[in-house]
Amino acid sequence: MAYSAKVMDHFMNPRNVGELDNANGVGEVGNAKCGDIMKIYLDIQDNVIQDVRFNTFGCGAAIATSSMATELIKGKTIEEAMELTNKAVVEALDGLPPVKLHCSVLAEEAVQAALRDYYERQGLPVPEKLQPRCSGSCDHCHCPS
Amino acid sequence: MLRVYADNAATTAMSPAAKAAMLPYFDEVYGNPSSPHSFGQAAAAALQEARETVARCLGAKADEITFTSGGSEADNQAILSAAAAGEKQGKRHMISTAFEHHAVLHTLQKLERQGWEITLLPVHEDGIVRVEEVRDAIRPDTALVTIMYANNEIGTIQPIAEIGAICREKGILFHTDAVQAAGHLHIDVAAQNIDLLSLSGHKFHGPKGAGVLYVRKGALRLQNLIEGGGQERGKRAGTENLPAIVGMAVALDEACKHLDQHTAYVTKLRDRLIDGLSKIPYARLNGSAEHRLPGNVNFSFPGVEGEALLLLLDSMGVAASSGSACTSGSLDPSHVLLAIGLSHEVAHGSLRLSLCHTNTEEEIDHILAVVPQVVQRLRDMSPVWKDMMKKEAV
Repeated sequence: MAYSAKVMDHFMNPRNVGELDNANGVGEVGNAKCGDIMKIYLDIQDNVIQDVRFNTFGCGAAIATSSMATELIKGKTIEEAMELTNKAVVEALDGLPPVKLHCSVLAEEAVQAALRDYYERQGLPVPEKLQPRCSGSCDHCHCPS
Repeated sequence: MLRVYADNAATTAMSPAAKAAMLPYFDEVYGNPSSPHSFGQAAAAALQEARETVARCLGAKADEITFTSGGSEADNQAILSAAAAGEKQGKRHMISTAFEHHAVLHTLQKLERQGWEITLLPVHEDGIVRVEEVRDAIRPDTALVTIMYANNEIGTIQPIAEIGAICREKGILFHTDAVQAAGHLHIDVAAQNIDLLSLSGHKFHGPKGAGVLYVRKGALRLQNLIEGGGQERGKRAGTENLPAIVGMAVALDEACKHLDQHTAYVTKLRDRLIDGLSKIPYARLNGSAEHRLPGNVNFSFPGVEGEALLLLLDSMGVAASSGSACTSGSLDPSHVLLAIGLSHEVAHGSLRLSLCHTNTEEEIDHILAVVPQVVQRLRDMSPVWKDMMKKEAV
């Protein structure tokens, strides 16, 4: 199993690491038991993601996909961010080993969870797109919970 | 940049003497040991000499040594042969431990699917099987007790001689997977009442692709895994890998001759590493500190994941290993770490450093400088660690 140069770059020099004190959308997905948890912080102003940060517990691919996902949504509108797919994250990283694809799914879900939290905090109806697709046993996690 | 190889439990660099000893067997003494002509007979003589050397290192006789392709093959053949012998006596039960190598565990699972009953003994928090629990698990239909000499991940040494004595007293076959022990710990198959023992050449500075199955004379009839010609007294067909067998024998001889000296030196390095890494907050040494291979260090660092740890360490010149799911190629962390009671979360954050006599004090300094930095760097971006610290603060 080998990582692409881009994955290694985002793992070794992750972008947007940290937390945002003024975040108005925070999403956390994953399970420490399975070995990866991603937490994404969004600062959304005027429908645009002004700033984004992440904290991730996980393997090289988990850290790299978190980093890339934050890069891909920074400065984008909510609607654009909502459309972020795991496939887009994988492509932007020049691919992931098959056993690591679940990390990109986790990154997509972390972004959506943060956006959902934003809608909920604003008292706005959560768009269909952001409805949780799993209840505690997401399909990216195969280990017994 | 200093590059430190601290993954000697995975494999070792070849000893210069072993490598040099192999070379003539590629293009000078290249005959087939089964051939009656002088080319073949020169090869046959070298094969016999290697067999005698290995036997001497184990306290065995030459005709009790079967050469295999490595430790996994030896483990498979030992267990399946014991099963065949057991079947004949109506015995269909085996005893082992929860933290054996997969070469043993998966072979036992294969027997289980064929209707065998397998008892896997616990190895407790210290990673050591209890002799009394072995005794209590023995039944009239027990065909084999198979317990590793030392664990490959956490390095804990099992009470092999005591277990051997019980098995001999009860008339039950005893196999030990000594892949991590051979060349690093004293082995005397006769004194330790071992009936079957597996070892692998590349774990003690020999070549990859050669291993040994020791079978005490009269203990049982070996079953072939590979059918064909009459090599290895008909029990392991296929032309012998003579260069590797010669290299393995020389490496084992060398390791056994220097065993006490290397043990003293490597133990000192190991203990410095253990002392230094223990200072990392919440570091946990996995496995008994006392009954431990001279070169094995295994820690868990809660809040970090093992693969990320290994990649960062590699980028800073330290090659190590981990029991995280991401490095095991499966979805679960190491069965060894789970067997000693670690939670999944903590098992994902394990680091194994395995040393040998060519590691230096300077290399230990480097590891001790780098590991705390890398752990901190990963913890600084870990939500798991931050939650831990918040709970701690309350």
